[in-house]
Amino acid sequence: MHPVASDPGQPLPILEGHVSAGRLERVLRSGKFAVTAEIAPPDAADAGAVYQRASVFDGCVDAINATDGSGANCHMSSVGVCSLLTRKGYAMVMQVSCRDRNRIAIQGDVLGAAAMGVTNILCLTGDGVQAGDQPDAKPVFDFDCISLLQTVTAMRDAGEFLSGRKLTTPPRVFLGAAANPFGPPLDYRPIRLEKKINAGAQFVQTQYCFDLVRLREFMSRVRDMGLTERCYMLIGVGPMPSARTASWIRDNVPGVHIPDAVIKRLLGAKNQKEEGVRICVEMIQAVREIEGVHGVHIMAYKQEERVRDIVEESGVLEGRIPWYPGVSNDQQGQQT
Amino acid sequence: MYAVRQWSVRNSRKLEWLYQCFEGILIALHPIWLWIGYSRIEKPIRAVEKSVKRVMFDCQMCGSCVLSQTGMSCPMNCPKELRNGPCGGVRSDGYCEVDSTMRCVWVDAWEGSQRMRDRTRIATVQPPLAQGQRGRSSWLREVRKKRDRIFFQRDT
Repeated sequence: MHPVASDPGQPLPILEGHVSAGRLERVLRSGKFAVTAEIAPPDAADAGAVYQRASVFDGCVDAINATDGSGANCHMSSVGVCSLLTRKGYAMVMQVSCRDRNRIAIQGDVLGAAAMGVTNILCLTGDGVQAGDQPDAKPVFDFDCISLLQTVTAMRDAGEFLSGRKLTTPPRVFLGAAANPFGPPLDYRPIRLEKKINAGAQFVQTQYCFDLVRLREFMSRVRDMGLTERCYMLIGVGPMPSARTASWIRDNVPGVHIPDAVIKRLLGAKNQKEEGVRICVEMIQAVREIEGVHGVHIMAYKQEERVRDIVEESGVLEGRIPWYPGVSNDQQGQQT
Repeated sequence: MYAVRQWSVRNSRKLEWLYQCFEGILIALHPIWLWIGYSRIEKPIRAVEKSVKRVMFDCQMCGSCVLSQTGMSCPMNCPKELRNGPCGGVRSDGYCEVDSTMRCVWVDAWEGSQRMRDRTRIATVQPPLAQGQRGRSSWLREVRKKRDRIFFQRDT
């Protein structure tokens, strides 16, 4: 039997040694180089907009991340986006931020999302409210990403809420965390990653990487600590549309580190947008060669339609076509 | 007091030693506390704890003190109240994403922790904060926990 159910109403069987029925876990565990991308949730109560935004990734990504009020800006919720897209069979990574909801709401959302077919959850702390369009909001942060990871792990493996109350059906989810190898205190970052893994993280998606030297240093420490054996590492990449945007992001978006060389290269290019895509492709090819890297996570904000070109040009899928809704039968042989 | 708080991080090792001596005395006095009644001493001890720790650490009286695991830098001064390490938003100069006038409490915590006796304690995974304990005495909570182990051989 082919491992991919083409009917989204029929969940995949959970393979032995797997925690979820999801395709992302299957791709990673089978040792293939995984590609994930971030969908921009619409500012609209419109299912069509969500489907349309997801379709640009068809056949080039293994899972789609639905952001949860990223940058503390209000958009359609990640539970909403995931619920819609799992109906079509998409593999979703639901991002959960600790900024907006307390432990009661988050545990409830985890159950609801898993029941709607979400198989991957990314546990995040979340940007501060000051970063977004509603700086007067009350920051919640009842959990932090690590206590959230621990709680969802216990829900899945022990089958109980944080309070100890039993669940009748635990959420079968593959658990992820974010990592920022480029933020101070640099020496502490690998230890923080280990802490996340101890709390239950099975895969990691990092912040935008533009600095290979620092990434290599981080990865070498992470390898020495044995963490790449315990957790799949997906490196965050993305195309910068222009030198101006890149400097703005560096100065205004918390935690993004862009070296001067990258901005200079963009400045010197005739077509900055194309140069941004080229830098991104080169970055993917470079991180792929680093030992212990298992995939890339592409954040192409407002350039989502370029993700297909980026993936194709980088060649990292090696001819593999990730499943997507409506794929024809004769193509299925090459899929995962 | 920001300056005193920074001093405390720089002197984390001395403060660790001081607290251990102090805690030993509090535990040894358990029979006296029992005689007076733990509920009756909560209020005065809390008042002392609050004023001392307020000056030393900008203590927020979370009631579940973890200073000995965070290099004597109080994580409740983080605008996100993160108890398990820094978020990804720390500025490249080590200052806070939310409050650019303050050093990230976790950058301080990391430095403080590396001066202490057991440098690995900062790697302990902290459970979510028990919100109901806010405003209560952490000193007495620790004493209760440890006296149960010492006097009654039971974990609470």
